[in-house]
Amino acid sequence: MDTSFFLAWIKEAATAVQAERDHLTQLDAAIGDADHGANLDRGFAAVRQALADTPPETPGAVLVQAGSALIRKVGGASGPLYGTAFRQMGRALGDAPEITPAGLVTALEAAQEGVQKLGGAAEGDKTLVDAFAPAVRALAQAVQDGAKLEDALETATTAAEEGARATVPLQARKGRASYLGPRSVGHEDPGAASTALIFAALRRAAGQA
Amino acid sequence: MDDQAQAQAQAMVGIVIVSHSARLAEEVAAIAREIGGENVPVAAAGGTDDGGLGTSLDKVIAAIESVDQGAGVVLIPDLGSSVLTAKLVEEPGSVVIADVPLVEGAIAAAVTVGGGASLPEVLASAEEARTFRKL
Repeated sequence: MDTSFFLAWIKEAATAVQAERDHLTQLDAAIGDADHGANLDRGFAAVRQALADTPPETPGAVLVQAGSALIRKVGGASGPLYGTAFRQMGRALGDAPEITPAGLVTALEAAQEGVQKLGGAAEGDKTLVDAFAPAVRALAQAVQDGAKLEDALETATTAAEEGARATVPLQARKGRASYLGPRSVGHEDPGAASTALIFAALRRAAGQA
Repeated sequence: MDDQAQAQAQAMVGIVIVSHSARLAEEVAAIAREIGGENVPVAAAGGTDDGGLGTSLDKVIAAIESVDQGAGVVLIPDLGSSVLTAKLVEEPGSVVIADVPLVEGAIAAAVTVGGGASLPEVLASAEEARTFRKL
C-alpha cells in the first residue's frame, strides 16, 4: 500500500461520510446533539482541501495531515478522537513509502490505543471503540492467517458493521448519550456507525489498488 | 534581582476557559477576573471557528498563548469535545487541565492566581471546587 492507496482511502471515506451525513446526524439526534454527520462531513472536506493544498509524499504523512485537519475543523468530540486515530496511525507508519498488511495492522492498533487513551472508552461503552476494536482484531487475525488484503479488509469491515449494530442494545457510558442512562438503549451509536463507514472505505480503496 | 529574574518572579499562572459556547466562555472568564482581580490572566476559548457550538483547537492554542507568562497555564474545560481538545494540548508541568465544575473551578483558580500561587497550588485549589459543598 503506497501513498496513493492512502489518498484513495481518505477520498472514499470523505465521499461515504458526505453520502451518509444525514443518516449519521439522525442517529446522533436520537441520543446526542444531532451534529455528528455535519461535523464529520465538514472535517473530511477540510481534510481533502489540506491534502490538495500540500500533497503529502508518504502514507504516514497522508494520515498525519488528515488527522490534524479533523482535529482543527470538526468542532465536536469526534474531531479529537478521529484526528488522534489518523495521526497515531500516521506516526506508526513513519516515513515508509510502502506499507505491508502487517504494518497496517500495527498502525491501526496504535490508532485504537490513541483513541482509547484520549477518550477513556472501553468496548461496551457504546462508542466508536465498539466498531473499531473488533475491526482491528478481525484484520489482525486475517492478516496473520495469510488472507489477501482485500479479503482481510472485507472481514474487518464486516466486524466493524456488526460492532456498530451491536451498540443498539447497549447503554451509553461515555459522551452526551451517557446522561440519558437507560434511555440511550435501542439506538445505534453514531460514532460506531461512522467508524464502520471508514473501514468500508478502506476496503474499497484496496479494491482500486 | 535582574530584570529577567524579576519578571519571572512576577509571572502569574494563566487560566483558559474552554467551553462549547463562546459567550459562556467569555462570561465565565469575566466573572473569574471580577472576583480574582483584573490583573489575573484569564482567556476564553469558546465555540467553533465559525461561531457554532463546539470546540476550536486554534482558539484554545491562541488563548493559551495570550495568558502564558511563563508560570504555566490551567485549562478549565466544560465537557465533551472541550475536554478532549484540552487533552490534546496538555503539557505536563506547564499546561494542565483542572477537572472541575466550570464556574466554581474558574473562580477558585482565579482567586488563587491573584494571590501569587504557583501552578500546582492553583490546580489544587481549583480541584477543591469539585467537592466544595454549597449547603
